[in-house]
Amino acid sequence: MSSAAGRPGRLRLPTPYLLLIPSALTLAALFGWPMVQGVLAAFRHDGGFSLDNVHRMVSDQRFGSAVRNTLLLIAVVVPLQFVLALAMALLLQARPKFSGLYFYLWAVPLAISDLAAGLVWLSILDDQGYLNSVLHRLGLGDGYSWLSYQHGSTMFLAVVVAEVWRATALVLVILVAGMQVIPRDYDEAAAVFGATFWQRLRYVTLPLLKPSLQVALILRTILAFQTFAVARALTGDNYPLLVGETYQWYLDLQNPGVASAIALLILAISIFTASIYLRALRQPDAIREAR
Amino acid sequence: MHPPEASPYGPNPATLSRRDLLRLGIAAGVGAPLLTACGGFGDTGGGGDKLVFLSTQFAPVEEAERFRGILKSAYTAGSVDYVTSDPGPYNSKVRSEVRAGKVGTNLIGGVHGDLAPLARDGQLEDLGGLAQKLAGRGYAKDLLELAKVGTNTTYYIPWAQATFILAASNTALQYLPPGATIDNLTYDQFLAWAKAAKQAAGKPVFGVPAGPKGLIHRFLQGYLYPAFTGGEITKFRSPEAVTMWGYLKELWSVCTPASANFDFMQEPLAAKQVLVAWDHVARLVNAPKDAPDQFVMAPVPSGPKGRAYMPVLTGLAIPKGAPARDKTEQLIEALSTPDVQLDVLRKNAFFPTVQATIPSDLPAAVRLEADAVRKQQTGSGALIALPPVGLGTGEGELTKIYKDTFARIVLKNEAIAKVLADEGDRVQKLLADSKAPCWTPDPDSGGQTCQVG
Amino acid sequence: MSALAGPAEPARPAEPAGPAAAESGVDRSPLRRRRRQRALLQLAAVAITLFMAAPIYLITLAAFSSRQALNEYPKSVLPTDVSTETLRGFLSSAGIVPSFLNSVAVGLLAVLLSIGLGAPAGYAIARYAFRGRDAYQIVLLITRALPVVVLSIPLAELFISWQLYDTVLGIALMHTALALPTTVLISASVFVSVPRDVEEAALIFGATPLAAFRRVVLPIARPGIAASAIFTFVLSWNEVLGAAILALRNRTLPAQVLGSLSNSPLAYRFAGGFALVVPSLVFIFVMRRYLLNMWGTTIR
Repeated sequence: MSSAAGRPGRLRLPTPYLLLIPSALTLAALFGWPMVQGVLAAFRHDGGFSLDNVHRMVSDQRFGSAVRNTLLLIAVVVPLQFVLALAMALLLQARPKFSGLYFYLWAVPLAISDLAAGLVWLSILDDQGYLNSVLHRLGLGDGYSWLSYQHGSTMFLAVVVAEVWRATALVLVILVAGMQVIPRDYDEAAAVFGATFWQRLRYVTLPLLKPSLQVALILRTILAFQTFAVARALTGDNYPLLVGETYQWYLDLQNPGVASAIALLILAISIFTASIYLRALRQPDAIREAR
Repeated sequence: MHPPEASPYGPNPATLSRRDLLRLGIAAGVGAPLLTACGGFGDTGGGGDKLVFLSTQFAPVEEAERFRGILKSAYTAGSVDYVTSDPGPYNSKVRSEVRAGKVGTNLIGGVHGDLAPLARDGQLEDLGGLAQKLAGRGYAKDLLELAKVGTNTTYYIPWAQATFILAASNTALQYLPPGATIDNLTYDQFLAWAKAAKQAAGKPVFGVPAGPKGLIHRFLQGYLYPAFTGGEITKFRSPEAVTMWGYLKELWSVCTPASANFDFMQEPLAAKQVLVAWDHVARLVNAPKDAPDQFVMAPVPSGPKGRAYMPVLTGLAIPKGAPARDKTEQLIEALSTPDVQLDVLRKNAFFPTVQATIPSDLPAAVRLEADAVRKQQTGSGALIALPPVGLGTGEGELTKIYKDTFARIVLKNEAIAKVLADEGDRVQKLLADSKAPCWTPDPDSGGQTCQVG
Repeated sequence: MSALAGPAEPARPAEPAGPAAAESGVDRSPLRRRRRQRALLQLAAVAITLFMAAPIYLITLAAFSSRQALNEYPKSVLPTDVSTETLRGFLSSAGIVPSFLNSVAVGLLAVLLSIGLGAPAGYAIARYAFRGRDAYQIVLLITRALPVVVLSIPLAELFISWQLYDTVLGIALMHTALALPTTVLISASVFVSVPRDVEEAALIFGATPLAAFRRVVLPIARPGIAASAIFTFVLSWNEVLGAAILALRNRTLPAQVLGSLSNSPLAYRFAGGFALVVPSLVFIFVMRRYLLNMWGTTIR
């Protein structure tokens, strides 16, 4: 008896749809109309349909840099986080002493809001911050303006480091949990047959980690498109990001039209990248055989 | 299926979790109906006597606390819940409440830039009657004009005012050019001073708030533009404007580059990162707090066309359809007495809008500021420049245009004439959209849309 | 052989190496190599821990420094000028305790709602291959991929007309909607790893689908569900914009504090930042053993 069919004699909606209805209804009720409103605002100007907002968005002097910075940041930060999180997860798997403590400390940034994280890193990287203080005390010069608009590369690096610090915990937790499910027998067998660490990683661990990797990648990327509080705290207006521009147009400039246009652009890029991940890491998990 | 292994990270969750989750579930299940019933732990209070006062001003925790104290002693007919908010959510709240027809806020307070868009979009009540009543309190004519946001209706009552001045560490005074007095500088002398200070200190020590929330656009609109060109909008692209931008570029080269990240100048001043700064009085007042005798405050320099300055006006308004209107008007009246406004000056460094003689018992930092403001307003060649009037929601975008112009010319070194031409077009489009006439210091355009010169 | 200790090998106590060992003719070099590897592992772990923990230490330091100390340069990295004045001032300001309670209430409510709504959906995605499965997931992601700010005014209007404005329930509902994608996706992965045969065995032995779910699937999946509960609580706790717009007097702590942070003096910003970090630290500590078991611990 498969769990897919309902019991004979009870006429009702096919079970999957029944299970979906509560969440679908909630989303539709709460977000449905506001989303329609929000999205339509992008194409409305002076009461009628117009591409004015799109034009305004594109012709803004900060738009080009915002798009470039957003894509660059994501292209650098996300892979970096995955490599780091994977390394950390493997480290934990090797069960060194104090691994419980390490895991706790590494998971702590999970619960820190991005505003607080921005504050923390600002106190470190500011001109009179802790990093420069330490360098000064070590006699390594009078401190460097890491966050100055004149030093574009260190500005970018600062944002990368702060973002990696803040958001790797999410990926780490998902990967560690995913690793725990992988039966040890596979790994042991591979080791017995002479596979090196890298071979075991590539042929045994990573393929079995695919579902975790997929979920982590999608979640992390979508969230990465949404956060700008850290960049804002560190670099002010000197490192424009698409989401930052959305907030500015909506809240400071009180122009919902252009804000919605940018939001739609972000939406499009996010969905595009998410569907790539979905396709690339596809696993027919619903019909996967029991191991 | 054998029992799950113990994890090195702690006792096995699968056996513990049932109990814990059960406990959690019971707690939440009991708690939830209770929670939804009471709707929250805030001051829901019992209707009638409690007024809700939503404001963008005095947001920092200490300032808000002090103002709450002032409210308590000023308004005795009931209690007032003073809620602070960032301008964005503030605007959303007022608009959505008015649109839905269920207004919970009785009184709102904000700077002219917060209230003007709301007024133009019909979100505020007409306060003409109340303004009549308060006519004898001695409001300045300019302020009352501002409160009409370019129409014939008074939409808010002036609450408090502020302006922008210079603040300097005593140690910087030794670098003043010979013959210059700090209370009577010209912009050229100011630049010479900055250069001398940079040379002596080995690094630039002047600063202006050019950060994302910094008020550099006011420096441009209300100080540099009028002082060099005599106008704000009508001389946007004039030859005098080009001179002004050249001057600013030179000044920037002797300002600390970290200025591009500064929103408030009081901290860099207190930390001695910057020795001389231009900023809003409320954003400078904490610098001398711990060592008032180490600082001086001075009026801004004067340019070819005079000593231009911009007053910042905050006002009190009532959202359309707000309940308990008569009580709210009583509250506004209470906040418009000389005593209460002087108390605000004493505690939060915002100046009165009604006629009131500045007392002598001010805290040291406020005393410094009050003297500087007085010299600025009453000195010879004083030229008042108002913030934009009548732009409605375009107010924010005008700010952005000024900031963008600054970024392009000063930070990115683009050609001055081209940038002014581009951005001038944008300003014109903005004015055309809102049909705003010119405002002081530009000559009156007689109701026609202001033209960018 | 393996270059790094794999998960299967327990740590062996180190044996003394040296002349005695060499004399007995046993090759100790694999052991030395192993000890070196263990040492390197510790080193790497410590390095990463320093990177992760240093910022937390520094903000604690800054929150407990006096105002003067924060204006100094170079700043001291050791706690030399400890003072609780800013923290005390911060904690005693109006509205902190009620907004703290609000945050907790909103968080718990959001957790309940999101699990109640999201877990069934996750189960459906995990167990059934039906038309619209992919579409549903994409729609879920769309909700999360649109910046919340764009929804703020229409959402606020909606809430006002539904009497949900300025209530704990209203904010909790919004946070639930924001947390649904994470909850559904994670619980879907959880249910996937629960072996079907066990569930089917229960059905064969006469249990209703619901009973099979409750007594077989849920116990295995519970830790994973708890983990998605953590993500939801944290998301709700840290959410600022929605709570700021949807509430006037019943604000959550982040909305109350973080909104005014940028206008506040430096010392208050650190005190505020620190005060917000502490509950998260406590929360993760309490829940950490659940964090690992998102996919059940059945190892076959």
